[in-house]
Amino acid sequence: MGMEQILHELKHFLPAQAPLKDFVHHNTLHAFQHLSFFQGLKQANDQFGYQGFLSLSDYRNLYREGKIKGLVLKKILEDQFGDQANAWLVKLLDESHDRLKSPKIGQFRAHWRDEYHFNLDKTIQPFLFRLLSAYLDQGISIWPFPLEAKGFLDSIRQLQAGSYSSIFKSKRVEKLLQNPDLNLEDLLEILVGDPKGYGWYLFDQQFAHPGWSGMVAILESQPESLLDSKRISLEDLILVECLLEIDALDKKFGESWIPLGHQYPHDTHHLFEIGLIEEVDLVLQCWQEAFEWSYYDEVLSGIRAVVPTPDKPKVPSFQALFCIDDRECSTRRHLEYIDPNCATYGTPGFFNVEFYFQPEYGKFHTKSCPAPVTPKFLIKETAKHKKLASDVHFNQRSHSLVRGWLSAQTLGFWSALKLVGNVLRPSSSALEVSSFQHMDPKGSLSIVYQGEEENGLQVGFKIAEMADRIESLLRSIGLVEGFSPLVYLIGHGASSINNTHYAGYDCGACCGRPGSVNARVAAFMANHPEVRVQLKARGIDIPSTTQFLGGLHDTTKDELLFYDEDILHAANQQLHRENQEKFVRVLDINSLERSRRFDTLDKNKSIGGLHDAVKKRAFSLFEPRPEYNHATNALCIVSRKSTLKGLFFDRRAFLNSYDYRKDPSGNALTKILSAAIPVCGGINLEYYFSRMDPDKLGAGTKLPHNVMGLIGVANGADGDLRTGLPYQMVEIHDPIRLLMVVEQVPELVNKVITSSPALLEWVNNTWVHLVVIDPNSGNFLRWVDGKYVTYTPLTEIEHLDHLQDKLMSTQQNLPVYLIDSF
Amino acid sequence: MELSTWIQLMIGIPLLGFLVSLTVPERKETWLSRVAFYTAGTNLMGTLVFLVFWILEGGNDLNLKEILLFKNEHFEFLIDFFFDRVSAVYLIVGAMLTFLITFYSRYYLHREPGYKRFFNTVLFFYLGFNLTILAGNFETLFIGWEVLGLSSFLLVAFYRKNLLPSRNAIKVFSIYRIGDVGLILAMWASHHLWHANVTFLDLTDAQRVVDQQLGHSGIALFIGLMLLLAAAAKSAQFPFSSWLPRAMEGPTPSSAIFYGSLSVHLGVFLLLRTYPFWENQLLVRILIGTVGLITAVVSTTIARVQTSVKTQIGYASLTQIGIMFIEVAAGLELLALVHFAGNAFLRTYQLLVSPSVVSYLIREQFYGFVPKEKKDRSTWKNRLYLSVYVWSLKEWNLDRLIQGLVFRPLKNLGHNLDFLRYRTLLFYFIPSYAIGVYLLVEGYVLPTWLHQILPAGFAFLALMMVLKSFTERRSIRLAWTLLWMNHFWMVLAIAENENFALTEIGIYLSGVVFFGTLGWGLIHWMTQRHGDLGLYGYQGYVRQHPLVAFLFLLAVLGLIGFPISPTFIGEDLLFSHIHEDQFVLATLAALAFVMEGVAAIRIYARLFFGTVPDGTLPDLQTSIPKKLA
Repeated sequence: MGMEQILHELKHFLPAQAPLKDFVHHNTLHAFQHLSFFQGLKQANDQFGYQGFLSLSDYRNLYREGKIKGLVLKKILEDQFGDQANAWLVKLLDESHDRLKSPKIGQFRAHWRDEYHFNLDKTIQPFLFRLLSAYLDQGISIWPFPLEAKGFLDSIRQLQAGSYSSIFKSKRVEKLLQNPDLNLEDLLEILVGDPKGYGWYLFDQQFAHPGWSGMVAILESQPESLLDSKRISLEDLILVECLLEIDALDKKFGESWIPLGHQYPHDTHHLFEIGLIEEVDLVLQCWQEAFEWSYYDEVLSGIRAVVPTPDKPKVPSFQALFCIDDRECSTRRHLEYIDPNCATYGTPGFFNVEFYFQPEYGKFHTKSCPAPVTPKFLIKETAKHKKLASDVHFNQRSHSLVRGWLSAQTLGFWSALKLVGNVLRPSSSALEVSSFQHMDPKGSLSIVYQGEEENGLQVGFKIAEMADRIESLLRSIGLVEGFSPLVYLIGHGASSINNTHYAGYDCGACCGRPGSVNARVAAFMANHPEVRVQLKARGIDIPSTTQFLGGLHDTTKDELLFYDEDILHAANQQLHRENQEKFVRVLDINSLERSRRFDTLDKNKSIGGLHDAVKKRAFSLFEPRPEYNHATNALCIVSRKSTLKGLFFDRRAFLNSYDYRKDPSGNALTKILSAAIPVCGGINLEYYFSRMDPDKLGAGTKLPHNVMGLIGVANGADGDLRTGLPYQMVEIHDPIRLLMVVEQVPELVNKVITSSPALLEWVNNTWVHLVVIDPNSGNFLRWVDGKYVTYTPLTEIEHLDHLQDKLMSTQQNLPVYLIDSF
Repeated sequence: MELSTWIQLMIGIPLLGFLVSLTVPERKETWLSRVAFYTAGTNLMGTLVFLVFWILEGGNDLNLKEILLFKNEHFEFLIDFFFDRVSAVYLIVGAMLTFLITFYSRYYLHREPGYKRFFNTVLFFYLGFNLTILAGNFETLFIGWEVLGLSSFLLVAFYRKNLLPSRNAIKVFSIYRIGDVGLILAMWASHHLWHANVTFLDLTDAQRVVDQQLGHSGIALFIGLMLLLAAAAKSAQFPFSSWLPRAMEGPTPSSAIFYGSLSVHLGVFLLLRTYPFWENQLLVRILIGTVGLITAVVSTTIARVQTSVKTQIGYASLTQIGIMFIEVAAGLELLALVHFAGNAFLRTYQLLVSPSVVSYLIREQFYGFVPKEKKDRSTWKNRLYLSVYVWSLKEWNLDRLIQGLVFRPLKNLGHNLDFLRYRTLLFYFIPSYAIGVYLLVEGYVLPTWLHQILPAGFAFLALMMVLKSFTERRSIRLAWTLLWMNHFWMVLAIAENENFALTEIGIYLSGVVFFGTLGWGLIHWMTQRHGDLGLYGYQGYVRQHPLVAFLFLLAVLGLIGFPISPTFIGEDLLFSHIHEDQFVLATLAALAFVMEGVAAIRIYARLFFGTVPDGTLPDLQTSIPKKLA
């Protein structure tokens, strides 16, 4: 492998997690996605020691508790092994299997420690991390990095040259450093000697601190993630690290030590060899499949049990569009029980309007659409009174000598009061991240294009551009006729405090921001008379009495705020007032449903009291779980609402509205699946892997986390950056893959999937499962290796009159129920 | 009720709470947090009520009469309590913060594996804190001091399956141990100075202090310096500063209460408490002020380049503690007390809200970003600035300084005994010890010069054993046995020095024998199950054998003279037999004492902390489903 290729491979395998403020969920093992899921897990385990399964005893416990169903397990074993199924059942249930192979990564470089008796990592890592963190720091340190240079290596060079203190002591390293065309091969020749092992060595070296290396690789490819921009590349980091290594080795052994590769030859290709699936892998695979299908079977059985209902009145009392987010699954359900005449829809929460948003006084703009999209539009906010709440405790003066002395004598006693207050009686404060603060509801937005451009972005949209977006939005969910007087577009966001991963709690379709601006912008567009005219010409006739209204649902506090209510006509004002009362009740019930998961919350309260207690979590300093975010997600269903009528999915489903009858060409489906599979699949797999391997793929417990440079968290003072999700976020998550359910003619789904290589990879390699509901026959068709296999559910689900009867009975996942009312 | 009996309550409540918390089963989160909550709560209420009465009665110094633990003609060991306004401030700040932290942690640590361990340790810490600040003499203070050191070690290593917390916990413990030796030597010297067990109340009698110091300026100076050493180590002052940031490995609230506020201010307390003793010694005062000044300047530069929020708060706190040292040295007791209270609250709060720094500062930056201006400096100024920047980033090499000055030389010394093996140990040991005993019994036939260096010689051998144990990697049994034998050699050294009564030897060695045997048995048990155990890396056996780990910790503590073992008193006794002019012997004994602790805790950590190499899944995997069920 050439050096270029090694660097490329490294970037591919390193964790791809952006700085905290831009946290977006993605498949943690994206580097293995070209393999089938289980082969990928095998490979990740061989190569890096990542765990992709629960332990055998955990699976067996799940089986004993009935969460893995015997019927399902039996069917899976029969499908897989035919008449050997019983023999395999014994292996699964009783035999012990060793899976103790240590991963290949790190084995080469381990010889420094084992044979040279020199702990290189312990010697250089703390200082390397400190240098790197100082270079990239976004505002914690009081003295910024003192040099503005062309890159990391260059600034180290200048530091070495320009100061009395030296970073490197070895003469040889100093000479190397002075070489302006220093290249990696030169250094590796000294360290490793044998070109065959260069790749392996660098993998070992970088995967000794995947957090920092991954961060550098990400910043190299998306430097805009840093507000205070810094130039860095992975190659720079490796050069500096190799120099530090040579320096440390020279100091320890003099300049005459033998390169590692000469003594212990390693071939890089060996690191990437594909491992053979062994018996223990098969056993774990069968368990995992059985775990997954035990739940999927319930879901499909539930869909089978839905009784087709007569159509709703032609025009519902109102229509509400929510995000497909699994957290809105229950909100929609409650809304439909409280007002059976309303209609709700699910669609990605950016409402098909993609732009950058720049709030008043904001010095930067943030992306407000799914991460892979690059918008050409900018929406600017104009607001009158926007003050930033502040907290003196973050003032850096308290860290200095003299002013710190004053702070301690004065501010210190104020802290005592704050501390008592915040611990005994939590209240909203400047420290909180509140979704409602993202945008000033009283401010105005530059939605209509006025001929202005900024930084290569068009400020606002032209009429035709608006019409395109609204048309596409409405067609994708099948809402093209029968408009109610009021159509709500409700984005969502979250609130929390003391939460470094706050960005992961907001709307994923808005790139980790609250969806308020998008909801407001889309509503404005849909209300615009000229847009209406164009829409009418395209076959969507929205009556003039119909008005769209944007809103934001705070999923942590269960609060809802509407925007631009004053545009409503008098009649709609009245209707809106009535609806608002319904929303208030919905939010109360929703918080009640959520509260069952919160262990420390006292449930002996009135519904209002419970809602207050739930709200309090958003600003309690000591609450590591303000809400459970996407935990327990397992499903993504693309169908009509009537197909799922009355089904209880326990907030585990991403629901995307789609009417197969109105999309005979499959264009809308292509759009939906191209967004839903990677986004929902990414969320699902991030939870999956963070739960399966909290140490390597997750961020571990968040309690000892220490914020580094505002870009990441590490354990303690000298640790590597932690990637993935803290386990407080995933502890209640059942790690199963996402089941995509699509209601459409199978051939059409086939066409949509096969026409996109990316989607085909997701589905064919089973990083998500796909089941198609054939609308003509009602059959379930499971996608297996590019072909459909009919699936008949094995179990029956329970029918409940009132959900309340079961809801609070357990904190664990509830099965799928068919319910008649709350 | 007699006011001074309240003091017993301030000790009794945490002690009771700690003991009760030990008996609560691991699963009962609510019970555990309630025990902690009520312990801290009643203590806080009690403190408030007590302070009101105390102030009404005029705020006089209180002394609670002694409990005699040991006495012979030339030595007595007393438990004694003392209360004045310094104790009052520390007591109320400690009670408030502990109460708030227990309340906070009840939710914060919910479902964390180790919930029980956390509350046990916090209550244990609280007990140690109150013992220290209410102590009426050095001996009592030392008990509290040791409890604090141990609970710090346990909390830094709260995530004991991870490498860095385990390693850093040993680092913290090692520095604390250096501080301990300061206290031991101060006790030793003051024993010789006063010829009695002096209480802190006695020290308030200025005339008596002056009289005593007259004509003993050398030993008085020595005591002052040792107190400074103890205080500097505990408060992470120069040159010991580097342990503080490394201690931030536990859950945030424990970092807040320990390293942001209470624990790290105890050095200041020790100086305030012993102020009457050294107030007349200008040199000591200058030194304390200088240490404070250097710390303040050095740590403020380090704080300025920190890019992680917790270490920045840690160094900022240190800067202030440095200034407190200056204030104390200048005799500004009241100012120092106000400064302590303010700083403790400020840093606790800053640490508790530290995760919020991301969203807060990013938001501030988003709305108010101004690119940092490049300052134009002249060439040499720029060069100097860059240098200070790099030095600060390297923490002025303080960590390497301590390693290089203290631990590396000792390690090298220990490597001289690398020829020793577990199986051959007794060949060397029995004959040489027999010779030692023979020399002791038949000592009168030896020439005087030889006789005079024998104690130091034996003590040196004892030290060598400890050092060998400290560097041993191949065999855990060898390491343990060496630690054990060190005590025997030390007894021999002292017995050679002066008539060491059999009861005294009994007190000293009973703990050693009991806990040494316990430890040896546990190692034997482990060896039978897991083969010969080395000390190459952290082996993580605590998950498999939690009870053995706990018992082994007791064995370690007993062996190193923690106040659960008679050896604790024995160690004091032993020092009392070292004459005031035998600095070499005292130094060797003190070094052996330091390194014994470090070596023993290292054995414990290497055996039980860290990740189990057999690839079993981490705690959480199995604990979550169980807890949810």
